[in-house]
Amino acid sequence: MLDSPNLVLLVVIATLFAGGVYLLLERSLSRVLIGIILISNGANLFMLVVSGPPGGAPIVGLTPEDQMSDPLPQAMVLTAIVITLGMAAFVLAMAYRSWQLNRHDEVQDDLEDRRLARIAASNQVVDSDLEQETRLATLDQEAAEARDEMAELTGSTTEDGKDRQ
Amino acid sequence: MSWLVPLPVILPLTGAGLALVFIRHPRIQRTISVVVLTLVLTVAVSLLWLADQGPLVVDVGGWAAPVGISLVADRLSALMLSVSAAVTLCVLIYSLAQGLADGDEEAPVAIYHPSYLVLVAGVANTFLSGDLFNLYVGFEILLLASFVLLTLGGTVARIRSGTIYVVVAVVSSMIFLVAIALVYSAAGTLNLAQLAERLPEIDGGTRLILQLLLLIAFAIKAAVFPMSAWLPDSYPTAPAPVTAVFAGLLTKVGIYAIMRTQTLLFAEGRVDGLLMGAALATMLIGILGAVAQTDIKRLLSFTLVSHIGYMVFGVALSSRTGLAAAIFYVVHHITVQTSLFLVVGLMERRGGSTSLTRLGGLAKVAPLLGVLFFIPAMSLSGIPPFSGFLGKVGLLQAGIADGSGPALALVVGGVVTSLLTLYVIVKAWNQAFWQEVPEDLPQTRLPGGMVGPTAALVAVGLALTLFAGPLFGYAERAADDMRAQTPYIDAVFSRGERGEGESPEALTETPP
Repeated sequence: MLDSPNLVLLVVIATLFAGGVYLLLERSLSRVLIGIILISNGANLFMLVVSGPPGGAPIVGLTPEDQMSDPLPQAMVLTAIVITLGMAAFVLAMAYRSWQLNRHDEVQDDLEDRRLARIAASNQVVDSDLEQETRLATLDQEAAEARDEMAELTGSTTEDGKDRQ
Repeated sequence: MSWLVPLPVILPLTGAGLALVFIRHPRIQRTISVVVLTLVLTVAVSLLWLADQGPLVVDVGGWAAPVGISLVADRLSALMLSVSAAVTLCVLIYSLAQGLADGDEEAPVAIYHPSYLVLVAGVANTFLSGDLFNLYVGFEILLLASFVLLTLGGTVARIRSGTIYVVVAVVSSMIFLVAIALVYSAAGTLNLAQLAERLPEIDGGTRLILQLLLLIAFAIKAAVFPMSAWLPDSYPTAPAPVTAVFAGLLTKVGIYAIMRTQTLLFAEGRVDGLLMGAALATMLIGILGAVAQTDIKRLLSFTLVSHIGYMVFGVALSSRTGLAAAIFYVVHHITVQTSLFLVVGLMERRGGSTSLTRLGGLAKVAPLLGVLFFIPAMSLSGIPPFSGFLGKVGLLQAGIADGSGPALALVVGGVVTSLLTLYVIVKAWNQAFWQEVPEDLPQTRLPGGMVGPTAALVAVGLALTLFAGPLFGYAERAADDMRAQTPYIDAVFSRGERGEGESPEALTETPP
């Protein structure tokens, strides 16, 4: 039996995690989904690698008992795979719905971030709730319209582009 | 009587299946949901009473404890289960009335009932689980159901906020999964009782990493600063009953998981300082966010984040009074926060908006609504004699008894947060309930089916004040159990090294 985990598998896990985290930070929900799948594959592989030395199939009568691999992590990984499948299906449906509604599947800005950015950009103190309210009213719409990557691609400037200058 | 323990999970799941079968018959669906949740409430209250005599344990499938999965109902679990069952039943009746009044346009569509029941099953599974991986499964059940509920109808705003919620939730699940893998490789088990015995034997540095990983995973779910930014952006766009039940329960599930792991698995409290810092930051930054809001739903979401800080404070103190006060505070906060969101749903109906600048004169138009808002709002901001005051007094006493610098800073921070909460509530009251009545007020009457459950939940909040003595006593006994650890471990391993059930060969084997 091996005493230390397989180095190749560890490198694979590290690559899956690194790629997954990179994709997770992207704007497009489809890429985020691929990131989620990569990370979950990394996590599942990780669970198999760290949970003990490899061995034969854990079936009584097929493998001698001292050469069996631990069946419990396999069961847990199987459960985790099924759960991730469900999550991935949901995220995919959401990306499609977002595309139906907005013609893009970008993860949009947090309203609070957007409002702070606007206040900072205008460089003025907001002193009444009403003023703040009128600003906030347009934010919902703006958040839906703003697209970082699309704007870059088409070269058009949206409201968002002006804000950030 | 331990056969009662799995029922809070089995009943809603069965109900969800039945509700899916009768997806074209709304009347049958409604009956199923109400009957199931009433049964769950009955079971939960019986468990509350039974668990006071000692923890109840079920070894699922008849496999003895460390081999199979165990479900444990001790005082803490039973208390959380009872409160969540009461809250989910009230919210369900409220949403039924809303669906009847609105013709199923805004909130309840056919998929609402199955998802709601699955959510309840997930929450119950999390509270009852005696196994770390089963806890993960419980989280995933409730998360997937919450995804569906949050994006109900698939409008632009809900998809926008749902996206952020889903991605954050999935990331926290991945962290949890990695933590589980590491715990298994370090201790060779995931049974909480066995982990409590084995983890202290593990190298200190490894144990600290495991503790921090689990803490991060749960803190994202509980919305502890700095992992709280997702919450105020995602909750307010959902339908009012959904926001109410999320605000009441989902963050508390994270708090429950923190409480359970910090007391049972990592009892030496090496990250208590870190937790105190996080608690202080959560309180202050959350409430400052609330001060800046002009929309009452967003305002309440920020106060929700802020008050999570109180519960983390209690856990971080890890003294008897601190834990007991934190448990009491969780019970109080679930009830009060949910009833406030239900009231806001009513305000939106009557006043036609959730924006504080557009609302006005509600106290004149709907005085009863004013009363329903006033009581939980005062309780939230900690005005005597309401339950929020009692919970905060408990926490402050525990903080002063602790006497260390960070604890005293938290006492001051807690009082400041409480005052700022009062300021925020008074501001909301002033703008929504006083002022001129706006001209374009919708001419609607509030449906009795929506006011009834809201009033019932407010009454539960008042009952928490009236029966605070017995409840605090119960919380103190729960805290004693948690600090002693042995009642939990002994109940799971009722036959020495094993639980009840099948594993004859394993008895002779030595652990790996």
